Parts: sequence; structure tokens; C-alpha cells
Amino acid sequence: MIKIENIQKSFGDNHILKGISTQFEKGKTNLIIGQSGSGKTVLMKCLLGLYEIDEGHIFFDQKDYQNLDADGKMDIRRELGMVFQGSALFDSMTVIENVSFPLKMFTDQSESEMQDRAAAVLKRVNLKQEAFKRFPDEISGGMQKRVAIARAIVMNPNYLFCDEPNSGLDPKSAMIIDNLIQEITQEYNITTVINTHDMNSVMEIGDKILFLKDGYKEWEGSNKEIFKTDNEAVSSFVYSSDLFKKVREVYLKS
Amino acid sequence: MKHLAAIGRYMIMLKEVFKKPTKKSIMKSLIYKEIDELIFGSLGIVIFISFFIGGVVAIQTALNLENPLIPKSLIGFATRQSVILEFAPTLTSIVLAGKIGSFITSSIGTMRVTEQIDALEVMGVNPLNYLVYPKIIALLMYPFIIAIAMYMGVLGGYSAINIAELSTSTDFIEGIRLDFDPYHVTYAFIKTIVFAFLLATIPSYHGYYMKGGALDVGKASTTAFVWTTIVIIVMNYVLTQLILG
Repeated sequence: MIKIENIQKSFGDNHILKGISTQFEKGKTNLIIGQSGSGKTVLMKCLLGLYEIDEGHIFFDQKDYQNLDADGKMDIRRELGMVFQGSALFDSMTVIENVSFPLKMFTDQSESEMQDRAAAVLKRVNLKQEAFKRFPDEISGGMQKRVAIARAIVMNPNYLFCDEPNSGLDPKSAMIIDNLIQEITQEYNITTVINTHDMNSVMEIGDKILFLKDGYKEWEGSNKEIFKTDNEAVSSFVYSSDLFKKVREVYLKS
Repeated sequence: MKHLAAIGRYMIMLKEVFKKPTKKSIMKSLIYKEIDELIFGSLGIVIFISFFIGGVVAIQTALNLENPLIPKSLIGFATRQSVILEFAPTLTSIVLAGKIGSFITSSIGTMRVTEQIDALEVMGVNPLNYLVYPKIIALLMYPFIIAIAMYMGVLGGYSAINIAELSTSTDFIEGIRLDFDPYHVTYAFIKTIVFAFLLATIPSYHGYYMKGGALDVGKASTTAFVWTTIVIIVMNYVLTQLILG
């Protein structure tokens, strides 16, 4: 579980996060949504420790990240897995080398143990064995996302972060990736936080949705509640297309 | 003010490079990889440039020796001195600021643009130690390149003189041996070690702290080349004053 309290973050005079508080539950897919410039990416980078927050607290299962010493912060970091928007695979390494990289860095496993573990998680994300020895630029975007997910979960993290995990993918691949993330979240019982613009993801896997507007928390709830919300900002963002307006109407009627 | 801030950030970067070391077994393989790419990968161009520069220095010296009272052995002497003191350590370093420097900036810059550096950081790896430290260690072998450049420069001079029949081999070899001061080689290698450190760290700085997209990687590479060259030239002056002055 990740709990954030009154997070404030500014870059010079630009006040980005204005006192956000919420809680991301374990075993659930938590989505952060909002328009471009609403502070989603900054919030995620604060959670990942890539940005220092100006005020507030981030608790990783009761541990206050701000009050931890360097070693404590490092221990938390090793419990994080991250899937970047562009996958961020190391292009000088093969698929299996990318996945076994965190094992090489932080465990004392033998080469064969590392290979077995990497192969197991790659199979879990449904990647075919013939792709294991290929380099990232030799596989498709969807496969790259799977490899990125495999690399993120290879160390059995407690927290999984995904930045726009299905951007640049065709609708079918996007749905597969969404479902894969949800399955892994439940199977490994981890706290998953996803930064997304994709309304299909919101409808399909949004166990909890946090809607940001201009650096404030505008709304939070589940994908069931988002259909019924009367919050204007949420409605105009989520139901901006006719298709989703109709989906909402049908849902509310049923 | 902007440049002062950049110097400060460069110093902070250097401090970070030596903090939180990467696992020994991984670091060892990274160092071998960098030696292969930065040192052995540069040998071809260094041999080529040094050979022809040595040849040009010898020919120009020979063509300017019109006075029959000046011995022909001066051609070998001038070639040796020019190559050992300046052409091998300084000119080779400027050429490699283009080759090695732009490679380092573009490879680290691309990792920055494609979030690979963020990925390292999130995993709990110190990206600066992982990316820059092996380059610094690999470039400790840089004097090896410069020693080859010295040899090839003198060989180039010897070959050019013989091909153009501007002097005899005996005179040239006598000139090479004339008043040889081993301290000049020491001076050249001291310079080389400093230049190697600059070659590893300045392009790394420009790649690591770059912002933007693919186009900015190219711009960062150019900036890195310009600044590495400027700092090498300034340090060349400072070290010459300190060591030989």
C-alpha cells in the first residue's frame, strides 16, 4: 500500500503538485489520469524518488520515505518495479539480458539461476522463447512492453509503476498489456500505479482512479463510480468522445 | 554565471561518479567493454593520423632548411620533438575528442532521451558510477595509444624523408637520438593522463545532463566536442607552464 499526504512540488515559480493526498491499495490497479500538464508524471516521478518533494509525506507500507536514511531509501527502491512509456530497455543488451540485469546487479544468484528466473518471467508475460536472444530494436513495440513488464517484476517488487504502458500500441495489444498488468497485480499481490491517458484502461482495469487537474486532486473513485460521477471536470475529460458518452448512457441505463 | 553553474554541476557529477559503486563483477565486464570500444576502437585512426602528421612535419622541416650550415639531422630532431611534445599527446587528444567524445555524449545522451538512465536510477543503480566510471578506468590505458602515436609519428617522418629523398636515413636517425631528454616523454604522458580524464568526463557530463530529443543529442555531441577541445588546449598550456616552465 502506498499512502501520500499533502504532496507539494514546485520547479522554480511553477507550482506543479498542490497538496495531493490519497492511498493506493495493494493488489489493485491504481490509475492516475488527467489532462497533459495536470501533474501526473511529476507525481509518479515523486513516488519513484526521481524528484524530491517540497512538502508532504509518502508512505510505502507505513514507512515514511522522507524520514528514511540513504540505505532505507535504497531498500524501498529495490522494491519498486517500473515500466516506462518508451519501455526504456537497454539497447546494448538482449531481451534476456535486460530482464536478468536487476538480478545481476542485486543478487548473488548463479548464471543459470538468473537465466531460469528471467526465462520464467518472460514466459509469464507470454513472450516466445525465440525472442529471448533478440535485441530490443529487433522486436515489436508490444513485445518491448512485455519485456519491460518482465524486467519490472523479475525482482518480485512490492510496488509496480507504469507510465503510459499502452501508448503507441494498437488497441488489441494495448488491451493485452492492460490485462497482463492487472493479472500480475493480483497474482503477485502488488500495489500497481499506472499513469494513463487511455480511457479503455480506465474502464477495464481502473480499480482505483485518481483524477488530477492543475496539480490538485479533483476526484477519486473506481471505474464503476466514474460512470456515475457528476464532477464536471471528470465527465468532460473521460466522456469527451461520443463513443464514451454512449458507453456511459448504456451503463447507467443497465 | 551559466558556465560557473556548469562547472559546479560537473564537480558534483565527479563526486557522484565515485560514490555507491557498482558490483565488481559487472564493473569488470563494463571496463573491458569500454577498453575495447574507446582504446582499441581508436587505434586505427590514431595510427593513420600520426603517421601522416609525422611525415608532414618532417617534409616541412626539411624544406625550410635552406642553410647548408644547419645539419640535416635537425629534421629527425625537429620531428621527434614536435611529435613527442605536442602532436602525439595534444593533437591526438583533440582528434579523439571528436571520435571518443561524440561517441560518449551520444550514447549517454540517447540513454537519457530514451529513459534508460531513469530506469537505472529507479532500480537503485548509481547511473553515473555505472556509465562514467568504467570510461575513466578504460582511458587510463590512453597513454598506450599516445605511445603508439609517438612511434607512428616518428616512423611517418622517417618514411616521408626517405620517399622524398630529402635527407638520408642515417641523418634522420642521428637526429632522433640527438639530445634526447626522457623527461619530455614523462611530460607528454602526464599531459596524456589529464587529457584522458577530460576525454572521459566532459562528454559524459554533456550526455548525462542533456535535455530534449534526438536532435538535442546531436547538439550535445557538438557542444561536448567544442568544450573538450577548449579545456584540453587550456590544460595543455597550464601543464606546459607547470612542468616545463
